[in-house]
Amino acid sequence: MTSLSGLAGTGTLLRFALRRDRVTTPVWIAVNALMVLSMPNTLKSLYGTAAERADLLRQVRTNASFRALIGPLYDTSIGGLTAWRVGVYAGLLMAVTSLLIVVRHTRDEEESGRAELVASGAVGRRASLTAALLTAAVANGVTALLVTAGLAGQGAAGALSFGLGLAATGMVFATTAAIVAQLTESARLARGLTSAVLGAAFVLRAAGDSATADGGSAWTWLSPLGWLENLRPFAAERWWVLLLFAAAVLLQGVAAYVLAGRRDLGMSFFPTRPGPATGRLGSAAALAWRLQRGGVLGWSLGFFLAGVIYGGLTEGAADLVGDNPNARQIFERMGGQSGLTDAFLASMVGMLGLIAALYVVASVLRLGTEETSGRAEPLLACQVSRLRWAAGHLTIAFAGAALIMLLAGAGFAVGYGRQVGPILAACLVQLPAVWVIGGVAVLLYGVAPRLAPAAWGVAVAVLLIGWVGPALDAPRLVLDLSPFGHLPKLPGVEMTWGPVLVLLALATALTAAGLAGLRRRDLTG
Amino acid sequence: MTKAITVAGLHKSFGRTHALDGLDLTVESGEVHGFLGPNGAGKSTTIRVLLGLLRADSGAAQILGRDPWTDAVEVHRRIAYVPGDVTLWRNLSGGEVIDLYGRLRGGLDARRRADLLDRFELDPTKKGRTYSKGNRQKVALVAAFASDVDLLILDEPTSGLDPLMEEVFQRCVEEERDRGRTILLSSHILSEVEELCDRVSIIRGGRTVEAGSLADLRHLTRTSVTAELAGPPNGLAHLPGVHDLDVQGRRIRLQVDSDQLTAVLRTLSETGVRSLTSTPPTLEELFLRHYQDEAAAR
Repeated sequence: MTSLSGLAGTGTLLRFALRRDRVTTPVWIAVNALMVLSMPNTLKSLYGTAAERADLLRQVRTNASFRALIGPLYDTSIGGLTAWRVGVYAGLLMAVTSLLIVVRHTRDEEESGRAELVASGAVGRRASLTAALLTAAVANGVTALLVTAGLAGQGAAGALSFGLGLAATGMVFATTAAIVAQLTESARLARGLTSAVLGAAFVLRAAGDSATADGGSAWTWLSPLGWLENLRPFAAERWWVLLLFAAAVLLQGVAAYVLAGRRDLGMSFFPTRPGPATGRLGSAAALAWRLQRGGVLGWSLGFFLAGVIYGGLTEGAADLVGDNPNARQIFERMGGQSGLTDAFLASMVGMLGLIAALYVVASVLRLGTEETSGRAEPLLACQVSRLRWAAGHLTIAFAGAALIMLLAGAGFAVGYGRQVGPILAACLVQLPAVWVIGGVAVLLYGVAPRLAPAAWGVAVAVLLIGWVGPALDAPRLVLDLSPFGHLPKLPGVEMTWGPVLVLLALATALTAAGLAGLRRRDLTG
Repeated sequence: MTKAITVAGLHKSFGRTHALDGLDLTVESGEVHGFLGPNGAGKSTTIRVLLGLLRADSGAAQILGRDPWTDAVEVHRRIAYVPGDVTLWRNLSGGEVIDLYGRLRGGLDARRRADLLDRFELDPTKKGRTYSKGNRQKVALVAAFASDVDLLILDEPTSGLDPLMEEVFQRCVEEERDRGRTILLSSHILSEVEELCDRVSIIRGGRTVEAGSLADLRHLTRTSVTAELAGPPNGLAHLPGVHDLDVQGRRIRLQVDSDQLTAVLRTLSETGVRSLTSTPPTLEELFLRHYQDEAAAR
């Protein structure tokens, strides 16, 4: 009876959670499903002939860094290629979706104090955790259904195993998040720690896959992302691997419930440590740096490591695509016409530039969270003008973008070791386009703060244009919409200052217009 | 006396909502001014206009002799503000926030800071996310009271404090007044306003309905009188300004307009008075009267 009454209200909470997530979660699911389901067509055009596929198979067998990035290839059917090309990344996306859902409906609720009100109702002690896990299960189930249905044409068994594998990966990290959410007091920390576990899973898989060509390394088997590829969708599926997922979900789920049962609402196993009794912060800029330094550090580390990894891949890149005219064509569209190594470098640096646009949006929109949370109001009632307050955060956004691109360049220097100057220049030439996206975010925030989150939409659209556009051979008109499309594709080509200067001017104008709007409007909150 | 705040005919709308509809407010330098009104009357909107966070649609506002919008930064050097709902940065300790606010105002008196932390029993080493509502308010109050400023704007600053801390708060406000500082206190706690404020403004629906010293306001209102008389009361019902007369044999209870008190007392003493209590109107009665008028008007 106790176990049943502990679940009282779960249904209501589940419906409530699904309603709260009715926009975000469908977007995550749609992006993931689109990524997977667009793959068969792309791959058909890339590797149309049997010779091309055999060639690819040989390359994946021989190139360790390629396997580290994407995973081992078991089968060259379109289904097999799809599962290989996007499997790990769709799994990652599923895991992120799930961990965000679980933390949002558990620790976030407790931290904000909303859970207290809910718990005072006729709601069982285990209801909110159960509802959060069920919400994640719904998201994972829907994705599995879409993927299975969409890939069924490539083979029903393969499609089903791939769909189930993705959902199972999602649920493993949903239960990981459920454990971590019991341990920390802050939702942000819970998200960070679970993401770190996910990152470790990726690294283990990458290490294992670079060592063996068949996914059989012990390192790979330690990672749920490794289980996903070892399920071998479309390549004589090993159904029993699903039992591993089930065991992990069960064990972690039980651990989460046990931990949840042993603590008080709002409390955690790692309580917050006290801070200093006096502070040295003396300006709005210092405060902005204090608030954003963790983020800047994380992005810096990530960009440096990405530089090292891509740098390490550069050596083998030429053999990788050298024999495949289609792949060569795509790299050239992304990265320019000169030698293949330069094209590869340019396309990798360009990809990092696109990702830096996400950093700049996140950093600029910090202004918005400070304002809507009510923390900006008493600050601006001090001797701090709006412009000075905004300048603190915007300096971090714009200079931070420069810093992480520089560190990516440094990473290439470590991983590749040649052409240090030209690659550094290629990294820096991305900045005007990154800053234009930052300028768009400032403009939206300054003039229409309610619309500020649309800056994410702009960044993601630009990312998709830059990432998928060349592979789909998108029309010039669409490619031109992105500021990144106008940049010279260094290091292989001549530097052209014209577009760079235009983009710089545009970024300045957008930012200035946004700041003028901020000065003139009412503060919300 | 110079004026710390003058507001005349202030209008502000958000979409179709008229938050301020011709509001007037005058705060003299050196006084503690109570700012009263039901929820949604426009108190916080007025304060946010005075802080230059909102721009008024029309009307005049001056704070410390300057324009709150164009001279915001200069004005803010001499102001400390405590919002009704204090939110802190989750990973900054209370002490760090107090010092930050102090530096971003005119400066912080270290001895007063230590004294206030002690009196409010506030632990400055806790992180923002671990403070309760009352303790978050204390962080903002300590920062405000320890700052070297001329004008304190307090927007319902004690809604989360317990009665002991409420007492500490009242002593602090008195100390600030004794130092010659001006305080605008928006509050729902009428006993607190009655205790602390020299003058009050009552607003309703974005408009000022009453302003003046408490004595002035009382003068406009009714006194309750309870008396036991020597004989049956005579002619009370016909006196002007008498309301709610209740006669129980020789005991009477009535409400009388303050300017008619003399006539009532004369009539009572003609009959002979055995005992008499008269109570001046409380602020609560004043406030409720306006509030109920509004409810009736709806």
